[in-house]
Amino acid sequence: MRYRAVAMGLAAAVALVLVGGVGGVAQATVNGLTSGAIFALGAVGLSLVYGSLRLINFAHGDFLTFGAYAAFLANVTLGLPLVTAALVALAATGLVSVGMELGMWRPMRARGAGALQLILMAIGLAFVVRYSIAFVAGPQPRRLEVDVTSSYGFLGGLRIGQTELWVTLIAFAVLAGVVVLLRSSRLGKQMRALSDDLDLAETTGVDTGRVILVIWAFAGVLAGLAGVLYASALGSFDPNVGFIILLSLFAAVILGGMGSAYGALLGGLTIGLVQEWSTLLIDGRWKLVIGFAVLVVVLTLRPEGFFGSRRRV
Amino acid sequence: MTTLAVSLSAFGRPEFWIGVGILVAIYAILTLGLQLNIGYTGIYNFGQVGFMAIGAYAMAILVVEAGWSFWLALPGATLVAVAFAVLLGLPTLRLRTHYFAIATIAFAEIVRYVAQNADGLTGGSQGMLGFEITWQTIAASLQDQLGLAPQLSLVPLLIVAWVTLAVLFAVLLALGRSPWGRMLRAVREDEDAVRALGKNAYAYKLQSFAVAGAVGAVSGYLLALYLSFLSPEAFLASVTFISFAMLIVGGLGSFPGVVLGAVIVQVVLEGTRYLQLPLTDFQVASLRYILIGLILILVMALRPQGILGRREEMVLGG
Repeated sequence: MRYRAVAMGLAAAVALVLVGGVGGVAQATVNGLTSGAIFALGAVGLSLVYGSLRLINFAHGDFLTFGAYAAFLANVTLGLPLVTAALVALAATGLVSVGMELGMWRPMRARGAGALQLILMAIGLAFVVRYSIAFVAGPQPRRLEVDVTSSYGFLGGLRIGQTELWVTLIAFAVLAGVVVLLRSSRLGKQMRALSDDLDLAETTGVDTGRVILVIWAFAGVLAGLAGVLYASALGSFDPNVGFIILLSLFAAVILGGMGSAYGALLGGLTIGLVQEWSTLLIDGRWKLVIGFAVLVVVLTLRPEGFFGSRRRV
Repeated sequence: MTTLAVSLSAFGRPEFWIGVGILVAIYAILTLGLQLNIGYTGIYNFGQVGFMAIGAYAMAILVVEAGWSFWLALPGATLVAVAFAVLLGLPTLRLRTHYFAIATIAFAEIVRYVAQNADGLTGGSQGMLGFEITWQTIAASLQDQLGLAPQLSLVPLLIVAWVTLAVLFAVLLALGRSPWGRMLRAVREDEDAVRALGKNAYAYKLQSFAVAGAVGAVSGYLLALYLSFLSPEAFLASVTFISFAMLIVGGLGSFPGVVLGAVIVQVVLEGTRYLQLPLTDFQVASLRYILIGLILILVMALRPQGILGRREEMVLGG
């Protein structure tokens, strides 16, 4: 099974190089790392929330949108520098995320709400967030004050936009920080423990209420960051941006194993890379469909993903 | 200073209510499928609009591009939707219901992307026309026979849509009360117990999903006849969620609830069109979706059983 997977991977790599040339593959890899790192940031929170609360947070994508528009408000409307605006957006998204836990999710859990109830509330929340943004900001594409024209050439022929380079560097730096936090800090270990088995974590003396709050804050801030970075890299965005990304995030979370934080990181990078590589073989507008195709293939062949456990699927 | 007022003259026009009536029937049919899956079987079908799109496009493609007769294209399109339901259900219905939820919403989005991008087959964003010539002839003769005024040209479709809804309603109600329907409920309540009795729970889930796909396809070609122009924009994921709002307002596990929920939600949504507020069309459209979101949140928080459902049906399910 494993050899077959390796063989298939090698065959795909050879096919890509034959079609796209080494330069083409390298350029697609650069692009894929940019979008993949953003997907990874968005997917971690989605996976941790699912793992600890068994909640598929359909509103997660719209939290990315919220982050992007909060940054737009601070950066363009109020004229703050982009970095300050981004920090404001991160804080705002984190606060909304925590606020929803206190105002909606926690009371609903206390009343013994069923899984379907929570999922439908998440969908309702997604609509309220997305269309409130649309109501206020309008349908026209918006743009943060970023340089979308300058680019750097490197390694003879490869190019990356100046903004994309920054986005990629920041995303990877934060991802590294996230890994360190999850691995080494007490809180990080507690988050992973809750995501793995909430009841078990509770019996071993973890203050689950507090850690769940931290998970929401963590998920919110990372979603806000992913939203700002995606908006910057993309150049322009509209109120639907988060819902479109959400489907790639779902693919990333399932690929990594639902509930696994590391899995979501790897899954996000993989989906980003696979989507960009696919553009060498087929038209770029099918990129998103490739993400879904990966999702369906994973569900068919290995539903527990990279890091999930069989007992859960 | 602007005042909130509703222009009642608009509500007085019969064409307006005919349009609302057709949409109510189409949405109610779509939601019947959701009720069978979610209310009866406990499988989270979040991609019902995908079957609506497949039904509409398959019918149009069979008529316009393959040259089939309209009457053959209808069952043909239904079979195509059923085939897709089986193909999607086979790998995903064995998994926990959460995976199924994500797989189905992804499926519906793939369908829309294909409709958008496979220009040669679906016309892409340009859309498709000319699939309803047979229907127009029938509608015109029906209009003649009933002696309807020209502005009532949609009355024949209204009649056909509600007759279709009534037939499907009766069929599903009977199926729900049959031994098959009781097995679906048993699968929802306790899948392991069903297996312990030697029944194949997976097969029942697959059958339920396939029936929902067929029902979704029917709503799809009715929508196509109503719009007489097919474009991917008609099949956004939000259609499924509007359908969800109707499902839970009416009540989970109740087929009459589906019709009641469809009437209430559609009337509320159409009502916003006639609010006289200083808002752009886009803002009014956004407001409609905010309303759907609030309906979903508030009904789930305050009365999860909806109007006609039973509370136990909602709290169950893990």
